[in-house]
Amino acid sequence: MGSITLKNVRKAFGDVEVIPGVDLEINNGEFVVFVGPSGCGKSTLLRLIAGLEDVTSGQIQIDGQDVTDAGPAKRGLAMVFQSYALYPHMSVRKNIAFPLKMAKMPEAEQEKRVSHAAKILNLDSYLDRKPGQLSGGQRQRVAIGRAIVREPSAFLFDEPLSNLDAALRVNMRVEISELHNSLKTTMIYVTHDQVEAMTMADKIVVLRAGNVEQVGSPMELYARPANRFVGGFIGSPNMNFLEGAAAAAHGAHAIGVRPEHWRLSTSEGDYPGTVGVAEHLGSDTFLHIDLDSGEHVIARAEGEFPVHHGDRIFLSAQEGRVYKFGKDGLAL
Amino acid sequence: MATRQTQSLARLMRAPAIVLLLIWMIVPLAMTLYYSFLNYNLLNPANTSWAGFFNYQYFYTDPAFWESIWNTLVLVVGVLAITVVGGILIAMLIDKPIFGQGIVRILVISPFFVMPPVAALIWKNMIMHPSYGVFADIAKFFGAQPVDWFAQYPLFSIILIVAWQWLPFATLILLTSLQSLDGEQMEAAEMDGAPALQRFIYLTLPHMARAITVVILIQTIFLLGVYAEILVTTNGGPGNASTNLTYLIYRAARLNFDIGGAAAGGIIAVVLANICAIFLMRAVGKNLD
Repeated sequence: MGSITLKNVRKAFGDVEVIPGVDLEINNGEFVVFVGPSGCGKSTLLRLIAGLEDVTSGQIQIDGQDVTDAGPAKRGLAMVFQSYALYPHMSVRKNIAFPLKMAKMPEAEQEKRVSHAAKILNLDSYLDRKPGQLSGGQRQRVAIGRAIVREPSAFLFDEPLSNLDAALRVNMRVEISELHNSLKTTMIYVTHDQVEAMTMADKIVVLRAGNVEQVGSPMELYARPANRFVGGFIGSPNMNFLEGAAAAAHGAHAIGVRPEHWRLSTSEGDYPGTVGVAEHLGSDTFLHIDLDSGEHVIARAEGEFPVHHGDRIFLSAQEGRVYKFGKDGLAL
Repeated sequence: MATRQTQSLARLMRAPAIVLLLIWMIVPLAMTLYYSFLNYNLLNPANTSWAGFFNYQYFYTDPAFWESIWNTLVLVVGVLAITVVGGILIAMLIDKPIFGQGIVRILVISPFFVMPPVAALIWKNMIMHPSYGVFADIAKFFGAQPVDWFAQYPLFSIILIVAWQWLPFATLILLTSLQSLDGEQMEAAEMDGAPALQRFIYLTLPHMARAITVVILIQTIFLLGVYAEILVTTNGGPGNASTNLTYLIYRAARLNFDIGGAAAGGIIAVVLANICAIFLMRAVGKNLD
């Protein structure tokens, strides 16, 4: 079991209020991603759940039990840190067995669980090495191994992939998703990378300045962002925003169009502009366009789109793909 | 050094320094070795003759010799034990953020700036003195008989003084090591269910192993030669109770004017120090790679 409930959780460091008050319901078995720009309080929120920070006020419940004042060890959660936080002088085997040893589990059972975890994570041949002799991805797996042997009620991941190179990050993303599918344990994952959030999450929690902006499945957030911030944060490249006359024509303070929702033409369209940088990737073409109205937008064309720097281009938004936002930033 | 040329150039460039160091070391050692085979007494310098191994035999059969070796050992081990254990405790204490941290740290480190004879005199006259020392005042306050430290526990008193001087050094080295301990590791251990004592045993101590090694090695080198503290407090007494090897050599040279005997003692001390060093490097040096 691993359902976690936050009730009006507030955190302040001295006079600085980092989290003004968060209510959140995390169901058993869910993969929840906290996403937001750096400094939005997502790591703090995770550390509050872990018990590494004390809440200023509010309540944290795990499986219906109030754990607000319980120490981190008592909460039955396991955490994977950004720096992996492996114990450098212990072998991989001892690192993974450490939580079991602390729980005074019999040696035979420890051995069984360690070898089981090592098999899942492909660490069999590295068990007697020291963390210093492992590559970044292997260290990551050891950190995950140390977390899974305890069979915790939920896993907490604090930006676990940010120290890996791009290719490895994609691999580990898939591995963690597969791990979630096989273990079916609650996972809470903190990241600033919205691609990780979109690809892995059952439920995304978008945070800004300690406030929950929107909670929902990746596709809900993509299709129906609650406000301008979520619209701009989810999706890559970012949503383009137009204000003024273009927005007024749609009866809104601002409209947002995703780069992939433009219709591009070299002869006619609603928004004329000039091509700046054109990024030809083969599968897609990303065009940076300076509109005549002064805005800078990005448009994505599928496949090859033969325009170059300085060419004239005309954009129109696809039908029904225009997001309208009011003056307060909320979606209309 | 990448190429053979830069390698030989580097060798050439550092040669003068190495040669100078070699002379600096070899000449006194050779002279000591030479004197140790002479009958050479400053009371009768004209009557100098070849002595063979007599000086060594004389020094070795001196009843004070084995006692001084034992005292040297007790002094070194005692001071090491106090400074390492105390250093770890104080380092952990002042590693925590507290009000006035900077001043507290300077205060903790300040004994290191006091010269050994001065420190020993302060301890002798102001702290351990049986009639007007601080310890005596405390004993009197509780209605107990004041302890005459240097008469009753001479070696322990000297250990206490020397440990007081070296505690700041140990604390400083161990504190820097403690500050480099990764906070996330500690948090990970906390999440893994390790209570404070287990975290200390499994994380803090192994992390500090290298620093502890450095403290032990450097202190041992200096502690084998403790001399000033003994000279200004107990003068090696009562009897030979607080005479270490260094002090015994001093006594031979400066009180008995026996240059040959003192030189033989010096050579013995060098040999013993090297044996110590080899054992230490074997035992704890593997932490240093």
